[in-house]
Amino acid sequence: MKSSIISILVFLVASIALGQSPEERGLQIAKAAEKADLGFKSSIVELKMTLKNKNGQTSERSLSTRTLELTEDGDKSLIVFNSPKDVKGTSTLTFTHKVGSDDQWLYLPSIKRVKRISSNNKSGPFVGSEFAYEDLSSQEVEKYSYKFLEEKGGVLVVEQDPVDPKSGYTRRIVSYNKDKGYRIEKVEFYDRKNALLKTLSYSDYKLYKNKFWRANVFKMVNHQSGKETILNFSDYNFDADLSEDDFSQVALQRAGN
Amino acid sequence: MKHNNLVLILLTFFSLALYAQSDKKKKVNHDFELELEAEYRYFFNDAQFPGQESHFPALAIKPGYSIDWNKGKEQINFSGFLRLDRDEERTHWDIRELYYQKAKGSWELNVGLKKVYWGVIESNHLVDIINQTDAVETFDGEEKLGQPMVQFNWITNNLGTFDFFYLPYHRKRTFSGVDGRLRFGTVIDKDDLNYESGAEEWRQDFAVRWKHYFGIFDVALSHFYGNGREPLFLFDNQGNINAFYPVINQTGLEIQVTHDAFLWKLESIYRDAKAQHFLALAAGLEYTFSNIDGNGLDIGVLGEYLYDERDELALSGLQNDVFFGSRIAFNDTQDTSILIGGILDLDASSKILSLEASRRIGSSWKAEVEARVFNTIDEEELILSNFKEDSFFRLSISKFF
Repeated sequence: MKSSIISILVFLVASIALGQSPEERGLQIAKAAEKADLGFKSSIVELKMTLKNKNGQTSERSLSTRTLELTEDGDKSLIVFNSPKDVKGTSTLTFTHKVGSDDQWLYLPSIKRVKRISSNNKSGPFVGSEFAYEDLSSQEVEKYSYKFLEEKGGVLVVEQDPVDPKSGYTRRIVSYNKDKGYRIEKVEFYDRKNALLKTLSYSDYKLYKNKFWRANVFKMVNHQSGKETILNFSDYNFDADLSEDDFSQVALQRAGN
Repeated sequence: MKHNNLVLILLTFFSLALYAQSDKKKKVNHDFELELEAEYRYFFNDAQFPGQESHFPALAIKPGYSIDWNKGKEQINFSGFLRLDRDEERTHWDIRELYYQKAKGSWELNVGLKKVYWGVIESNHLVDIINQTDAVETFDGEEKLGQPMVQFNWITNNLGTFDFFYLPYHRKRTFSGVDGRLRFGTVIDKDDLNYESGAEEWRQDFAVRWKHYFGIFDVALSHFYGNGREPLFLFDNQGNINAFYPVINQTGLEIQVTHDAFLWKLESIYRDAKAQHFLALAAGLEYTFSNIDGNGLDIGVLGEYLYDERDELALSGLQNDVFFGSRIAFNDTQDTSILIGGILDLDASSKILSLEASRRIGSSWKAEVEARVFNTIDEEELILSNFKEDSFFRLSISKFF
């Protein structure tokens, strides 16, 4: 009894001396980054995806993404493919949840079918790219546990461990830029065997509405396969004033026509 | 040809569309697309009926045009279809879609020729009733003719989505000609089929569907009242066929439960006509093993049970059958995918095996392969026995502009 009281005291003293545990600091940074991006309400953006294999051969896709910010639960998003032409109009509607599986519907324009699909496949590649579904889904704070690693200049490096056992990663090492609204500069992904799998670098950042940082270029390099995928974004439209009505299954079909 | 009536409807919609277009608001987007398809179907067994051919080279032209304005809240969409085939009945054209759409807040209005899909089951499509099947196009019944309609969608926050349809004109199902396979011994001319309703194809039909989702449950209930899309075949003792389109009331139910990698599905209809009333249902599941090799390979397994109270009169021949299948998606840059399956009759020896595969070539070409094999079809089967020699192999190549 006495020894446990002493150990609690020692722990308390140590905590006060250090300020915070690495876990607390990591979580604090993730929350600060979330808060810095709060209030964008909705956005529309066009993007071009370039897939490069290890021989340098490329293929392209173009898509547009609409996002609706929700605070009480995860964001809603609608993705529409514009090319390749044989899949033009194929669209997905996703309701992300802070806790539990996301709800997702797929629209197939050739037969006009809306199909509820499983969001179970987090680690699989998104349309043959080096981005996994989980890399592109809404990044909610609740989806990871955190550990602050180090501060280099203005860059805060945090380890994030996915809560979901279905994730394809053991951990991600995320570099936040403290002075630029906690925008993310780089993410390193470690596979289930804890080997470095991919590096995602963000570049050509642009500040919108004096508050929201958006990178124009995402570059994902797979170190194990030698393949890479580059996303080039058009300018973001934060003035579309989208509402829940633009994220219904009816809107999903409308967007894919 | 009843295309005259269609042209009349189209003119009405066109004038509506032009009116809508004059009300231009802000940015207007145009989009034109075209698919050209070359197809070869080869039926490798000797024909069962006189006149039937074995080799069917064909071409299809599928143009599309869409214009939207008012931030996409108003659109006019067009998609046309022309098929040239050795079977003169399969040589046909259609306006798959030509409609004006307006969305505002929680509702959406569509006026014109349009396609609408209902259902959750993969191997049979019971509840899907808005559009007539373009039966000469595919064996799986997924190709549809454009349906004239006024469709009003109302989306509520807590009560789901309500979809109302006014369907002013009925379109007759297409059937293979003398040269064609997948037909009965007697060649059916689609224009010889009449209606129970005195108003014939101009009977004013209605449908409504309610759809909602609660967590992992997606539910839909629908009702259709009007000219049936499936002709009713009555056989007398002399072996004569009397076929017509009955007036039907059909209630449909769709349920899907999406739990982890499982999709549990149920689809059921009750159809009521003067000459016939019956229940049909299909239930099954789909499970996907995803990213098996760490490279994106997905393998889905499907199992479905199909029941139809009409028994041997079920046009699909799926009265007490089981479907097994597997969907393999490589998730590669060329979107390679394969669907293999088999339908086994639980009352008879009949089996239908199928394979569908597709792959993009370059950025604007696509190749498809399809095979259907009718195996040990029971002679007693009223419908399927006509197709027992009609196993085929299909190859198609499309270029997209």
